[in-house]
Amino acid sequence: MSDIYLDNNATTMVDPAIVDAMLPFFTEQFGNPSSLHSFGNKVGMALKKARGQVQKILGAEHDSEIIFTSCGSESDSTAILSALKANPERKEIITTVVEHPAVLNLCEYLETEGYIVHKLKVDSKGRLDLDEYAKLLTDEVAVVSVMWANNETGTIFPVEKMAEMADEAGILFHTDAVQAVGKIPMNLQDTAIHMLSLSGHKLHAPKGVGVLYLKRGTRFRPLLRGGHQERGRRAGTENAASIVGLGLACEQAMEHMEFENVQVKAMRDRLQEGILAAVPNAFPTGDVDNRLPNTLNIAFEYIEGEAILLLMNKMGIAASSGSACTSGSLEPSHVMKAMGIPYTAAHGTVRFSLSRYNTMDEVERVIEAVPPIVAKLRKLSPYWGENGPVENPEQAFAPVYA
Amino acid sequence: MWDYSEKVKEHFYNPKNAGAVADANGVGDVGSISCGDALRLTLKVEPETEIILDAGFQTFGCGSAIASSSALTEMVKGKTLDEALQISNQDIADFLDGLPPEKMHCSVMGREALQAAVANYRGEEWSDDHEEGALVCKCFAIDEVMVRDTIKANNLSSVEEVTNYTKAGGGCSSCHEAIENLLTEEMAARGETFVPAASGKKKAKKVEKKKPDLVEIEVPGAVPAAAPAAAKGGLTLVQRIRKIEEVLEAMRPALRADNGDVELVDVDGKTVYVNLVGACSGCQMAAMTLGGIQQKLIEAMGEFIKVIPASERPAA
Ligand SMILES: Cc1ncc(COP(=O)(O)O)c(C=O)c1O
Ligand code: FES
Repeated sequence: MSDIYLDNNATTMVDPAIVDAMLPFFTEQFGNPSSLHSFGNKVGMALKKARGQVQKILGAEHDSEIIFTSCGSESDSTAILSALKANPERKEIITTVVEHPAVLNLCEYLETEGYIVHKLKVDSKGRLDLDEYAKLLTDEVAVVSVMWANNETGTIFPVEKMAEMADEAGILFHTDAVQAVGKIPMNLQDTAIHMLSLSGHKLHAPKGVGVLYLKRGTRFRPLLRGGHQERGRRAGTENAASIVGLGLACEQAMEHMEFENVQVKAMRDRLQEGILAAVPNAFPTGDVDNRLPNTLNIAFEYIEGEAILLLMNKMGIAASSGSACTSGSLEPSHVMKAMGIPYTAAHGTVRFSLSRYNTMDEVERVIEAVPPIVAKLRKLSPYWGENGPVENPEQAFAPVYA
Repeated sequence: MWDYSEKVKEHFYNPKNAGAVADANGVGDVGSISCGDALRLTLKVEPETEIILDAGFQTFGCGSAIASSSALTEMVKGKTLDEALQISNQDIADFLDGLPPEKMHCSVMGREALQAAVANYRGEEWSDDHEEGALVCKCFAIDEVMVRDTIKANNLSSVEEVTNYTKAGGGCSSCHEAIENLLTEEMAARGETFVPAASGKKKAKKVEKKKPDLVEIEVPGAVPAAAPAAAKGGLTLVQRIRKIEEVLEAMRPALRADNGDVELVDVDGKTVYVNLVGACSGCQMAAMTLGGIQQKLIEAMGEFIKVIPASERPAA
């Protein structure tokens, strides 16, 4: 039986048609798109087409609003640093506690440079408090950066509304939409979003290509200066093959938008229902009623996520976890911590993220496989008795140096 | 995914002695729920002989935590308590054909569970000053707490010094930014400002030392063992070696209390090569011990001495 890949929020398979579309750009179509001769010109045309395809999925007004970058992280850094450079008198940033490290670690670094970073808190379901947000929108703020959808729980933030609020206060708004593009329909020209990041490898394009959407008229300062590529906003000879792949990926994602939100969602819902029906002391995390159609994050209490993943991997099932061990850090995922999930559950969170390449049959196989794995590990757990958690687990097992 | 040995996988997939021993008379609960690793070790000890008849574990933790627990129970069964206490965390790691640096703490947890269970059997109180921080240097598995403590204890002010004391930063050098940040904070706390080393060729020039009692005394590089060449400090090589031995001798009781020992292997100029034995030879413990020995030697000899594990001695 073939392996089951349920880690599509980490990265996705490149669609075979996309690989085919890319291959000529490694061989006969090797020209530099900036060159005048026909070698380069053909590549230039291909990039133009890709730009249009990205424009379409984002619902951007102009194709010149699309800047190709090397990844989602570069887009995030470019957006935030540009806003700070363009507004040197403003020293504050608003973001959230649950952002991807691409934003959070940059903000933490900026704090050491003297910036004040306001991180919006989330409630137990991972939701923001817009009143808290409204109060922070002052003339001191250079940029707001809030993710469209969370990579761990799939929770969707009301970024369109938040962008509106920022715009009214005269503040630049950036959203990390790396997980949202291709799963949530969007039409940026009707929004007040000034900047948006996306990454190719989350929607079946290759790794190492991304986009920064920059609304026309938004003040901008490039991160990479040099050649005139991307209209001088991102120097460096274009990664032509990957950009062509990303363009086609956007077109495909548009075509599958309904499939994603109906069939993929149905598989995700079945997975959740099937696992929760068979496994006691487990619960889904995040804003279950308002999340990406492909994402399911379940906390299995009293066991640890890496151990779960290793046993699943042995059965040919790939997923990921928010435990400390899987990330090599000392703490469970910052997203789980921010939602106040207790340690005994946060370390046992497993993220299943599906794609249109999964099947209901695979989902049923996972529903079969997971309960015995959880049971096996609980048998080893000091918190677990014969048939359930020991009484008062936290008192019954209170190790030294907790 | 981690690079686990086959042995680790074997003990994880099919752990030995899982579950609590029914009529246990020694129980050790250690670990940290916030870090996601905790272990209860139960022992059945025969009172007359102090032989461990049975051992069982219950672990909340990752693959290597479960494997380390399983390994530990296999290792202690049939041993007397005193024999079992000789097991170091490195022994546990070795039993598993090694652990990734990020996972060495799992073996430390195993050893501590054993100490706690034995203390519990003997009716003693077991306490632990174990404090773990985020991993700073992956090459040498050195965490933040150790880097900070070492900077504080020895008034360190450069990345190079931190490397000399703890080994952190001595490998791929990707952790130098993190070490500089810790230096900046710790030095600010003692009212000093961190000044980064110059880049490139300029770096080679020694930065002026602020502390006068740490003046470096240049010792001729490779002193032929037989030659009674007097170092600038006034001591002959033989005298220096004797003095070093004295310092090590004075530290021995403390090391032995931790089931470890130290052996002087070679002295090459201001570099002293030692062998750490037993419990001290684990990852983090070793670096801490080396730092401690180095500090004592610097004090006693009045010169800058580098203490390096003999395993890193260049071949003659
Ligand atoms: C929300 C979010 N932002 C940013 C990134 C980083 O994207 P990239 O890997 O292309 O730099 C990711 C991918 O892990 C992500 O999930
Ligand atoms: S991580 Fe510290 S030297 Fe490599």
